[in-house]
Amino acid sequence: MLKFPIFMDNHSTTPVDPRALEAMLPYFTQKFGNSASRNHAFGWEAESAVDRARGQLAQLIHCDPKEIIFTSGATESNNLALKGVAEMYRDRGDHMITVVTEHKAILDTAKRLEKTGLSVTYLTVDSNGLIDLTALRSAITDKTILISIMLANNEIGVIQPISEIGQLAKERGVLFHCDATQGVGKVPVDVRAMGIDLLSCSAHKMYGPKGVGALYVRKKNPRVRIAPLMDGGGHERGMRSGTLNVPAIVGFGMACEICEKEMAAESARLSQLRDRLSIRILEALDEVYLNGHPTQRLAQNLNMSFAYVEGESLLMGLKEVALSSGSACTTTTLEPSYVLRSLGVGSDLAHSSLRFGLGRFSTEEEVDYVAQRVIESVRRLREMSPLYEMAKEGIDLKSVQWAAH
Amino acid sequence: MSYSAKVIDHYSNPRNMGSLDKNDPNVGTGIVGAPECGDVMKLQLRVNDGVIEDAKFKTFGCGSAIASSSLATEWLKGKTVDEAFTIKNTDIVSELSLPPVKIHCSVLAEDAIKAAIADFRKKNQAE
Repeated sequence: MLKFPIFMDNHSTTPVDPRALEAMLPYFTQKFGNSASRNHAFGWEAESAVDRARGQLAQLIHCDPKEIIFTSGATESNNLALKGVAEMYRDRGDHMITVVTEHKAILDTAKRLEKTGLSVTYLTVDSNGLIDLTALRSAITDKTILISIMLANNEIGVIQPISEIGQLAKERGVLFHCDATQGVGKVPVDVRAMGIDLLSCSAHKMYGPKGVGALYVRKKNPRVRIAPLMDGGGHERGMRSGTLNVPAIVGFGMACEICEKEMAAESARLSQLRDRLSIRILEALDEVYLNGHPTQRLAQNLNMSFAYVEGESLLMGLKEVALSSGSACTTTTLEPSYVLRSLGVGSDLAHSSLRFGLGRFSTEEEVDYVAQRVIESVRRLREMSPLYEMAKEGIDLKSVQWAAH
Repeated sequence: MSYSAKVIDHYSNPRNMGSLDKNDPNVGTGIVGAPECGDVMKLQLRVNDGVIEDAKFKTFGCGSAIASSSLATEWLKGKTVDEAFTIKNTDIVSELSLPPVKIHCSVLAEDAIKAAIADFRKKNQAE
């Protein structure tokens, strides 16, 4: 039995896994201690719960538990990494490298740092959404202190060549921060093997609760130091003051453990479902374009543009399905997705895109239903579309003099 | 984005969706907007003895753009060309309860009406 609305927007957030929730519950009412209370049982209990969670995350990303700093989420982790490094390593250099398709938590942080005098290079991507390693290599200068490149993109799911970037950073003695918010728990991450010095992640993207995330900060080879964003009690090795959100951290830890155990099977299942969704749509409709690299992407992600129909009107016809669009009309800026534009996708097709985000609780029945509804809605809107009519009459839409407004 | 009941109704049951013969001398066609901007409206009207006897639209755009053009065709039918020229985007905004971010949809619909009328007048002047 299908349950409505169907949630197919797992890049935005995920439901808490019931097993993670169960682990959290005692820490609200019975085991409510402050993990920083060193002199009584309530504190010790909370501290040991936090330590266990630290271990669970450390195991998932292959680091030492002491290298984990808990934060309020990936936005904070990204801010802490970039601003913390910029401040701490200012005497060593004033240049950073990132990519145009990064999340706003990186791009807007970089922009703020530029106002303080830091210079930032924004690497472009190819039509598949991948960076060019040669361009990265030549962007590194004597003044470069940090490279920040995401693991998997939140819109198109494209996975960057992280190990190669890590190796390059190491060769040139530059720190490497990876915003792995969309990747941790979905693809194997090994910060040591991949040469990552700092890594951001978030619990609610991997079936843990909202409001908790982490920053991995390497302790050895090299020992990375960052200036804190907030001053206070010196929690988290002085890098992130503030009483720890113990119940959320416990849920985060459990979510990590579940992801580690189930990742391989889950990825295989979801990539099959994702391909099923993609094939059904492509077989039924013409002029549908896949956005992002066809294979080097998250198993959970499908991003497509449907020529001649506008994304928001498409979503409106799919009210019973929770999806996201790169259409400008779904944002407040009236600009279509900057990620799709960076891939060289024309504004018209960027306006026409849908992002499907499958997750742990997606079923084949849901996928079939969504495919069918997308097909119907696109057909209906194309019947309504003057552009489709013109294209069918053989008019080259690019040759038309549009009255831009 | 939440839509007014009227926008949803026009989106789900568009009035007068389709095309008229653009080569008919009594038909005026207006195409406004641009694909890059995310909305293109085609609005057509057929005039008989100074009165608009039929109107059709096709729209590429968000739900509010579809609703604005659907509503415009409803209003056009039965009006004289001169009366049609007085339809204002603000009338569309209040009828559909469009939020500020969607006002451009109503502007586009007004532009489409004016463009269709201009096309009709041009055709009939030339003769």
